[in-house]
Amino acid sequence: MSALLGLRVVELAREPIALAGKLLGDMGADVILVEPPGGDPSRNYPPFVDDDPSGEDRSLYWWHYHTSKRGVVIDLDDEPGRERFRSLVATADVLLEAEPRRRLQALGLDYDDLKAGNAELIHVAVTPYGRHDPKSDLPYTDLTIMAASGPPWSCGYDDHSLPPIRGPLQGYQTAAHFAALSALTALLQRTVSGRGQFIDVSMTAASNVTTEAASYSWLVAKRTVQRQTGRHASVSPSGETQQRCADGRYANTGVPPRQPKEFAALHAWLKELGLDGELPEAVFLEMGARWEGPFELSKIGSDDEITAIFGAGREGLKLIAARVPAQDFFTGCQRAGLAVGIVNAPEEAFEDEHFKARGFQVPVVHEDIDRTVVYPGAPYALNGSPWAISRRAPKLGEHDAEVFADL
Amino acid sequence: MPGISSAPSAPAADKPQALSSLRICDFTGQLAGAGATKWLASFGAEVIRIEDPVREGRWDILRGTPPYVDDRRGIDLGGAFNNHNAGKFGITLNLRDDRAKDILARLVEISDVVSENFAKGVLERWGFGYDRLKEIKPDIIYVSNCGFGHVGPYSDFKTWGPIVQAVSGLTFTSGLPDREPAGWGYSFMDHTGAYYMAMAILLALIHRQRTGEGQWVDLACTESALSLHGPALLDWTVNKRPSRRPGRPHSNRSFWPPMAPHGIYPCQGDDDWVAIACRNQPDWEALCAVIAEPWCEDALFATPESRHAAQDPLDDHITAWTARRSKFDVQDLLRDAGVPVSGVLKPEERIDVDPSTGDFGLWPTVRHTKMGAVRVDGQPAHFSETDWHLPRGGPCLGEHTEEVLTRLLGLSVEHVAALRAEGVV
Repeated sequence: MSALLGLRVVELAREPIALAGKLLGDMGADVILVEPPGGDPSRNYPPFVDDDPSGEDRSLYWWHYHTSKRGVVIDLDDEPGRERFRSLVATADVLLEAEPRRRLQALGLDYDDLKAGNAELIHVAVTPYGRHDPKSDLPYTDLTIMAASGPPWSCGYDDHSLPPIRGPLQGYQTAAHFAALSALTALLQRTVSGRGQFIDVSMTAASNVTTEAASYSWLVAKRTVQRQTGRHASVSPSGETQQRCADGRYANTGVPPRQPKEFAALHAWLKELGLDGELPEAVFLEMGARWEGPFELSKIGSDDEITAIFGAGREGLKLIAARVPAQDFFTGCQRAGLAVGIVNAPEEAFEDEHFKARGFQVPVVHEDIDRTVVYPGAPYALNGSPWAISRRAPKLGEHDAEVFADL
Repeated sequence: MPGISSAPSAPAADKPQALSSLRICDFTGQLAGAGATKWLASFGAEVIRIEDPVREGRWDILRGTPPYVDDRRGIDLGGAFNNHNAGKFGITLNLRDDRAKDILARLVEISDVVSENFAKGVLERWGFGYDRLKEIKPDIIYVSNCGFGHVGPYSDFKTWGPIVQAVSGLTFTSGLPDREPAGWGYSFMDHTGAYYMAMAILLALIHRQRTGEGQWVDLACTESALSLHGPALLDWTVNKRPSRRPGRPHSNRSFWPPMAPHGIYPCQGDDDWVAIACRNQPDWEALCAVIAEPWCEDALFATPESRHAAQDPLDDHITAWTARRSKFDVQDLLRDAGVPVSGVLKPEERIDVDPSTGDFGLWPTVRHTKMGAVRVDGQPAHFSETDWHLPRGGPCLGEHTEEVLTRLLGLSVEHVAALRAEGVV
């Protein structure tokens, strides 16, 4: 049985929470997506099916974020629409919304109004800075949310004349993760208390607590991390970890060998590739392979032998990386026991045998255009309660009749 | 009370807690696992961290690594560990000893969830694989979290945050054209893997509540990460358009939807930058009214489509304008004009200068037994009835062994002392 089967979620369509509704819908909840007349603007976002933006329902952006939802149109700006919305929310377990912070109150549709008709309602409100902060009234995009809350400060290049970098869409998606987490937490709690509640999620707060050492280096020690190419922003500079491989793709070399078996495996691999003669430091790899007792990393820089052995591991990895394609470097290192990763583009990861074998490629029927489209699959494998895309994204008002008939 | 009239109350100890009926037998560590059970502990779940006394809990490398509050060093003094484990209990069990295994079995018997983020097979080698856990408690929820999951060709591969991000496409999507990937300057996927792990635990608990069944959740952080590229993956499967192509990635720009200008621009000051985004024509006109330079009238920039096609020269003009101003001046000017804008805030600015995070109660002070009062990351959501609360700092190694074993399993204080003397706990 799907974990959330029989639970109803009403989602007021807005970009920052689209993923939250999808997460609940793909786990079995009956998610009803409420759009204004004319539809949500993201229905018209690229990319488009066959690159053809003409006609409706061709946005792949829309398709992805609204799987497993039914769609209705309700005009909250007129009273019959508001009455219909109240009736719909009266049947819901969860309301997800990212409306401007005072809009629902002005419409008589905020939590205090809605709970009168549904004491069990869990109302999750997502705003830029929380419902109490006037800054939530400022206009925003994913970019400005992220700039305000930390991630770009830590992301970019060693060359600080280049701008800090934003990982696209992750500001909204991080907020959506907390919206979904909050809804699930309150659902569990409700079975004890029998009562719903109001949950105030801040988008900027969500990214502020998703910055790892940038926050706690300041909180604990008043130190400021600095961004570095392809590796963690750090209070003190750290060694490079990104390596261009023979095919031009990059790999993250992770942590170089530190244990005898790792030095042995690296040396064996160099010999197999016929490269050991090209590495003057190969002799130190052999020493590392024969090392007895603890290999004390803290002595790198002070103990000549340990420094040379550790350095040889790093140089050996660099030499192999420069001579083999990134995928071979990745799998070869991993088989030698080294935590190394290829820098894949998303589609390269999607086509990788590992994710295919785990069932990450999921076909979804689009009966309206007589096509089956392959979607990205589950973010987790709950072996007892299946994740599934139960339906393609809804067309505008597609389920008006069936949803409204039940109210 | 909800509504916008009253300020949020600081998380308080006297409020009921959402998850206080739950007990988690927690083997997680680092951030990818510990972050998940921190969410549960914040909402009142009794999270009992189990660590190895022989290795002094060093499997979790954050136990003894920086930042530190003062000059002291040691396995109880790591600032990151405290941050990720606030609100939890900590006990030690030497699972090489059968008596410790018996204690663990008794703990599992009274727990709802067993959580871990070891490499595949570690818990099984200790004799506590899912089949054994089910024998002990038939409706147990077992959640494993590792980079590639416990199933699939790479399930024996090793990972840490940057490796997960590299393999799953996240590193690639963060960068500028014709340069190597900038990547994420931190373990974004340790945070986010933890969020998915917490969601999975909650989903499995809801499932159990409705069916009486437990289950095993196989979480692979790389898979959670890959699910974050939705539109790009559909562009690939439907249109066969790869993300790896000339001119991409260009991460500070917006293609879905097209917006221009949309970028991060240099300002006066020490590594100071400002993010500016124009969603539509009114935003652009508002920006031009502030900048008021002749190039704003250039036909090249007249429409959203033409601006999007001419972003290189457009960004040059905006850069020349922002570079003469401080980021907060640009922020103030454009905010007043109604244009989406934000300075790229440094940690000290978003934590201690911008009042919004403090007003939200985002940096609660916890009391750590050895470190004293320390601020930590809070949770970015407030619940009107059952809000989060972090009642204590992260546990010192074995800090609660005696308390947990006497309170939950009825062992005597003397018995626990004897077990400790014999290296069992």
